[in-house]
Amino acid sequence: MKKINILLALCLSLCLSFSWAQSPKGSVLIKNGTVLTVTNGTYENTDVLIQDGVIKKIGKDLNAPSGVTTVDATGKYVMPGIIDAHSHVALDVVNEATAPIVAEVRMKDVVNPYEIGIYRALAGGVTISHAMHGSANVVGGQNATLKHRWGSSNPEDIIMQDAPRTIKFALGENPTRVHGRGNGIQPRSRMGVEAILRNGFSEALQYKKAWEDFNKAKSQKGSNAVAPEYNERLQTLVDILDGKIIIHCHSYRADEIYMLINVAKDFGIKKLVFQHTNEGFKVAPEIAEYTMGASVFADWWAYKFEVYYSTAFNAAILQKNGALTSINSDSAELIRHLYHEAAKTQRYGNLTDDEALAMITINPARQLGIGDKVGSLEEGKHGDVAIFEGHPLSSYAIPQMTFVDGVKYFDIKEDQDDQRQQVSPTETVEPILLTEHNHRCMQDTEHLFETASALFQMNQ
Amino acid sequence: MKRINKTFLTFLIALLPMMAMAQIDGEFIKPRSGKFLLQNATVHTITKGVLSGASVLIENGKIVQVGSNVSADGAEVIDCSGMVIYPGMIDSGTTLGLAEVSSVAETVDYQEIGNVTPNMQALTAVNPNSEAIPVTRVSGVTTVIAKPSGGLFPGTAALINLVGYTPDQMYAGFKAVAMNFPSSARRGRYDRRSDADIKKDSEKALKDANELMEKAKQYHDLSSNGAELEYYPEIEQLAKVISKELPLMIEVNAATDIQNAIKWVKDMDIRVIFSGVKEGWRVADEIAEAGIPVITGPVQDLPSRQSDRYDAAYTNAGKLAKAGVKVALRTNETENVRNLPFHAAFAAAYGMGKEEAWKAVTINPAEIFGLGDQLGSIEAGKVANLIVATEDPFETRSQIMHVFINGYRIPLSNRHIRLYQEFLERSPDLNAN
Repeated sequence: MKKINILLALCLSLCLSFSWAQSPKGSVLIKNGTVLTVTNGTYENTDVLIQDGVIKKIGKDLNAPSGVTTVDATGKYVMPGIIDAHSHVALDVVNEATAPIVAEVRMKDVVNPYEIGIYRALAGGVTISHAMHGSANVVGGQNATLKHRWGSSNPEDIIMQDAPRTIKFALGENPTRVHGRGNGIQPRSRMGVEAILRNGFSEALQYKKAWEDFNKAKSQKGSNAVAPEYNERLQTLVDILDGKIIIHCHSYRADEIYMLINVAKDFGIKKLVFQHTNEGFKVAPEIAEYTMGASVFADWWAYKFEVYYSTAFNAAILQKNGALTSINSDSAELIRHLYHEAAKTQRYGNLTDDEALAMITINPARQLGIGDKVGSLEEGKHGDVAIFEGHPLSSYAIPQMTFVDGVKYFDIKEDQDDQRQQVSPTETVEPILLTEHNHRCMQDTEHLFETASALFQMNQ
Repeated sequence: MKRINKTFLTFLIALLPMMAMAQIDGEFIKPRSGKFLLQNATVHTITKGVLSGASVLIENGKIVQVGSNVSADGAEVIDCSGMVIYPGMIDSGTTLGLAEVSSVAETVDYQEIGNVTPNMQALTAVNPNSEAIPVTRVSGVTTVIAKPSGGLFPGTAALINLVGYTPDQMYAGFKAVAMNFPSSARRGRYDRRSDADIKKDSEKALKDANELMEKAKQYHDLSSNGAELEYYPEIEQLAKVISKELPLMIEVNAATDIQNAIKWVKDMDIRVIFSGVKEGWRVADEIAEAGIPVITGPVQDLPSRQSDRYDAAYTNAGKLAKAGVKVALRTNETENVRNLPFHAAFAAAYGMGKEEAWKAVTINPAEIFGLGDQLGSIEAGKVANLIVATEDPFETRSQIMHVFINGYRIPLSNRHIRLYQEFLERSPDLNAN
C-alpha cells in the first residue's frame, strides 16, 4: 500500500514537473539600468538577474552566471512587466449572450495564441492580460489570465496556469439592453439586474445544500440516496460563494456598484473587483472598505449615457480614498500604451511615480490574485520585465524589450515588418481595416441589434 | 523624484472665499477679456524661436507684443516665472460639439441622411455648451475642426475656437467641403462585403463623384455667367470648391486609394487637403510630389493591416513630414480631443521630433487653412490663443495653468474638475448616516 503511494507521488510529481517545464523559462542579466521596482523604490545603475524564469537577484555589479546572456540597460528604465486587468486580446469570441447567467462558459476554451494583438501588447511592455468574457450578461463567463508567451501554437502555453479563477459580471446598460430590450426577458432595469444576482445565488445555495445533503446521506450505511443533477452553471456560482473565484464586474454607475457591494455582503462574498467603474469615485469609501478595488480607464467618458458624469480624476480619487486601483485597456489599441494611460494620473490627480506605476503592475496583479508572483521587481517573483527608453511615465517613452519568465519576446531592434505567425491560406489580398474597432465588450451580440453601427456605438 | 504640482492647490485656494456665500454657492467664473501681460516665461513662439525670460502682452483679443522688455502699461500682470508659453493647439479633425453622448442618437449631429449632403453645415450643429468643450480646452487645445461624416459628401467642416456662446462667436475663419474618397478598404471587422463587391461599390462611388463634380463645374460656369439657376443646394455648395472659395477635404486612408485620389484631383483646378491618410507612409513621396497637405491621425491607433509593424500609426506623421509633406495632426475624437498633445508626443517620439510635432498642431494647420497670419504661433498681431504650462504640455505630468482663447482668459474648470473637488473627500463619508 505504501509503495503504491510513493509510486503515485513520484508519478504525480513527474507529471507536474513535466507540465511546469512546458512553458519556456529563460535566464538573463539586465545590467546597469534605472530599476523601478514599484514596491520597493527606484535604484539607479542597478542590475536584475533572472534565472530559470525567476528574479534571482537585484543589486549592483552582478556577474552573469555561465551561459546567461547580458543585456545592457545603461540609460534605460527597467520595470515590472505591465499587467492589463481588462482585455479581450487573443480571444476568438467574447460573448455568450444567450442567458443572463452563463457562469459555466470559459474563455480559456477560445484562446487564440496566433493573434497579432499579443505581440503588439508585448511591444507596449505588457506581459500579462486578463482575457475577459464580454459584458452582455449579468453573470458572464469565466475569464483567463494570459501570459504573453508569443510564438506558441498551443493555447495552453499562454494561459497563466497558476492564476486563480476569475469571472465576469456586468451591470447597467449592456445586460439590460441585451436581455431586456434584445430578448424581452429580465433584466430590463437595474432592479432586474439585482434580482438576477440574488435569485442566482439563492438557487446556488439550494444546489449546494442538495449536494451536501446527498453526500451526508450517501455515507450512511445502506444508503440509496440519489445524487442531484449536476449543473455546471450553479456549481460555478457555488464556487464564487465559497471564495474560489474572484468576481470582476463591469460597472459604471455608483448606484449599481453600491448594489453589488450589498449583494456581496449579504451572500458573504469577499473577492470582488469592479471593472471600468467610471462613477467609482462617488462610492470610493465603500469600494475601499468592502472590495478588492476598481480597475478603471484613465480618461474614457461620455461615449454612452452611463459614463456621462465621469471624471478623469477617478483613479486618483479612488486611490486617495484607499481603494486598490488599477488602470486597464479593454482595447487592443490602448493595451499598447498602458504606461501612458497610467501617466495620466499625474495630470489628473498628481499621483507619484510609484503610485502611477502601481496602477499597471502590482495593483492589477493583486486584483487578479497573482500579486505574490508578479507585478513588481522583487527577488523570487517571475522574471516578467519591460525595458524602456525614457521614463515609462513620459509621453516620449519607447518600450525597448519585454521579457516573460526571463524569455525575451519583444526587442525593438529585432522587430520585423510582418510579425504574424499565421496567414490564412484562403487569403489572397490582405484585408485593410481602417476603423478596426478596438473594444469588444459587446462583440458576438450583433444579431440582437438593428445595425452594426448601433452596436459599435454601445460597444464598451 | 516626486513631481510636485500646484495647479489644483492654487485652484482650490482661489475658490475658497466663494464657498462661504449663501443660497448660490460660489461665484461663477466667466471667460474674461481685457489686457493681460504674461510675464517672465519661456515663450515657444513656434515660428520665431524660443525666448527665455520673455513676456507676452494681450489686448483686444490679439497678441500685441512679445519680447523681454514689455511694459505692463495698465495690463493685468500674470506672473509666469518658471513656466512655458505655447500657442494654443489646433486639432485638425474632430466631432467636438457635434455629439454629446455618442451612443445616444438624439445627441449625435455629425451625420445626415443621404449620400450627397455637402450643404450640411457642421458649424450650425456645434453645441457651444457641450460639456466636452471646457474639458478639452484645459489641455491646451484651443481650436478644432468640427467635421461631419458619412456618405460621399457628408457636409461642410468648420474651424472653431473653443470659446463663445454662438457658433458665429466660435467660428475661426475656415471651412472646407468634406469628401469620403471611395474606398477599396473594409470599414471594419463588421464589413462582410466580398472583395468584388467592395471594388464595385468603390467604382460606382467614384463615378458618382465624377458626375457631381461635373455638375458643380457646370453650375459654377453658368452662375458666373449670370445665369438664373434652380435651387440646388448640394451642387451650389460643391460649386464653391470649383470656384476655390472652399477647399475639398478628402478623407482617404488606404495606400491605393491615396494614389487614386492624387490622380483624381490632378487635373482638377481646386484646393485639396487630404485627411486620415492612415497608410500615407506607404506612398509618402507621391503625396509630397503632388504637394497636397495632409491632416493625419489619430496617432495612437492600430495599424491598418495585421502584417504592419506595431508602430505604423505612431510613425506615419513623421514619415510623411520627412518626405516633405505638410502635416497637421488630428485626434478624430469627440470627448477626448484633450488627448491631442499626447498624440503629438507619440508622433514626436516615433520619428517626427518635438519641433515638427508642435508645428503639426499649430502653424501647419493654420497655414493649411489659409490662416497662417492669424493663428498657430506667438507673434504680434495674431489671435491671442495661447497656453501657459508648468512644463512641456505634451507631457502628462505638465499642468496647464492658464488658457487664453481669442484673448479671453478661460476659467480652468469643467465637469471633471468639479467632480474631483466634490468627491476627493466626500461628505458624508463612509461612516456618517
